[in-house]
Amino acid sequence: MGLYKKYYGKYLYKGIIRNILLTLALLLLSVVVLFPIYYMIVSAFGPAVESGGGSYSLIPRNPTLDSFKFFFQFSEYSVRWLLNSLIVAGVCTVTNVIFAGLAGYAFAKIRFRGSSFLFYLMLIGMMIPSQITQVPLYMMLVNKLHTGDTYFALIAPSAVTCYNIFLAKQFFTSIPTPIIESAKIEGCNQAQIFIKIVSPMSKSILAVMAIMTFMTNWNTFFWPFLISNREEMQTIQVGLKNFSYANTTYFAPMMAGATVASIPVIILFFSMQKYFLEGVAVGAVKG
Amino acid sequence: MKGGKLTSRDSFWGYVFIAVPMLIFLAFTVYPVFSAVITSFQDYKPLGSEFAGLENYINTFKNDLFYKAFKNTIVFSVTSVPISILVSFMIAIMILPFRKKIQSMYKGIFYLPTVASGVALAFVWKWIFDSMPDGLLNSVLGVFGVEAQNWLGSKKTAMLSLVIMSVASGLGQSIIIYMAAILNVDPSYYEAADVDGARLWDKLRYILWPLVKPTTVFLAITGVINGFQAFQNAYLMTGGGPDNETTMVGLLIFNRAFKYFEYGEACAQAILLAIVIAVFTIIQFKVNSNDVEY
Repeated sequence: MGLYKKYYGKYLYKGIIRNILLTLALLLLSVVVLFPIYYMIVSAFGPAVESGGGSYSLIPRNPTLDSFKFFFQFSEYSVRWLLNSLIVAGVCTVTNVIFAGLAGYAFAKIRFRGSSFLFYLMLIGMMIPSQITQVPLYMMLVNKLHTGDTYFALIAPSAVTCYNIFLAKQFFTSIPTPIIESAKIEGCNQAQIFIKIVSPMSKSILAVMAIMTFMTNWNTFFWPFLISNREEMQTIQVGLKNFSYANTTYFAPMMAGATVASIPVIILFFSMQKYFLEGVAVGAVKG
Repeated sequence: MKGGKLTSRDSFWGYVFIAVPMLIFLAFTVYPVFSAVITSFQDYKPLGSEFAGLENYINTFKNDLFYKAFKNTIVFSVTSVPISILVSFMIAIMILPFRKKIQSMYKGIFYLPTVASGVALAFVWKWIFDSMPDGLLNSVLGVFGVEAQNWLGSKKTAMLSLVIMSVASGLGQSIIIYMAAILNVDPSYYEAADVDGARLWDKLRYILWPLVKPTTVFLAITGVINGFQAFQNAYLMTGGGPDNETTMVGLLIFNRAFKYFEYGEACAQAILLAIVIAVFTIIQFKVNSNDVEY
């Protein structure tokens, strides 16, 4: 017996009716939640005219690819925006998996002076609101170092996040220490242990980290928006905003671009859904 | 817990492993925090800033917009967070009786808005809230005899519109976290209640809700922390308008820094925001730690 009553025999129908009612309610809620995404895709197949949006229909009457063409011809950098996003999100994913993995392992399983102090320092760092760091970061990277409009400025601040180190440390703590001890007796040093023994055991947590990091950086808007003045260094999320002007918006082309930009992450999401859902729960339950 | 003796070889690898993350942490978190504190006491000038004492803080406290932005931030957080928590708890319960595969399907559906481009969704929602009578939300509500509203353009409804959008797009994560907590509950609690003839509502009210309280507290704290930092949707959808009715602290700081280039005052405001968040988080922990076991 669980939360819900189980129905047997001649009362079976009661359970079926209950599930039908629940399904109807859930489908209604799903429609509300999914509608914006549905509408994004539908509008992308609408005509590429300038508009606030109000005149569009919910069902594509004359689906056309004009808005996709318009999106790619709108700026000479339209493709570059997608490429920039791929570079930024890709590099951040690789650096986070490697460095947060290594640091998480060190904090969990290697004894060295200052390790718990540094770990708690990072925990505090995790809780600092981004508003505090955004202005000094901008002053440092753009005003002082003149690295505005560079990949360095886009990538470096998110190259390793405290959150990922925390996530990795939580996971590595659960690896049995005797495994590591016996490898040490066999003559392995910590680098060999991490590469040969620990990382093969940790594929799932590293996959979770990779997926969440890629998605976050692919969708991030604020920092690239601050850092990139020149169109050629903008990411796709910043590029999309270019379709909106003070008085008007190229709505359909913007949605075409958004659809193109969303396809990789939506495919990634559905093919790796297990890891995604795990990743969301891991951070919370263990925290 | 940790393995072995403190050998110098191990220590060496420990420092090697944390070297790069530490450098990045120092350069892009620790240094900016100190820099923010210093800048908040300065009158920022490109060629050498000058010490300005408490001027930035005094200007902030004299500014009516600062109080309004704080009020708006609080209104946004205390409406969107509880609604979002209750709705996700409800949906998690509704998903529960189904098979694992169907559960994952619903989790995926409700999580999808988090995966899609936030910039694009902000513009879609802008269109949903179109003020024309044939705007989407207006036509749907028109069926029920509700008058057409100027959703984002009127002082009455602008904040409400942002809350609606934030709730509808942010359910996925809370649902998934609630599901994990609910599936962890020992079934024997329900069995004992069944013996006493408890109904579904009783089990929810007296067993499940108290048992998932740590999760609720976690979601409330993280929700409010995120709510206090909300920026993107207000920036893209209303720009803080009408009449600053949706200007929240995140947007206030952004405008100070990147529209008016008053870095000092922006840093002062950011530090005040951080203090409020910290105090709030500590109070939440204190209030809840009395009866919550982690």
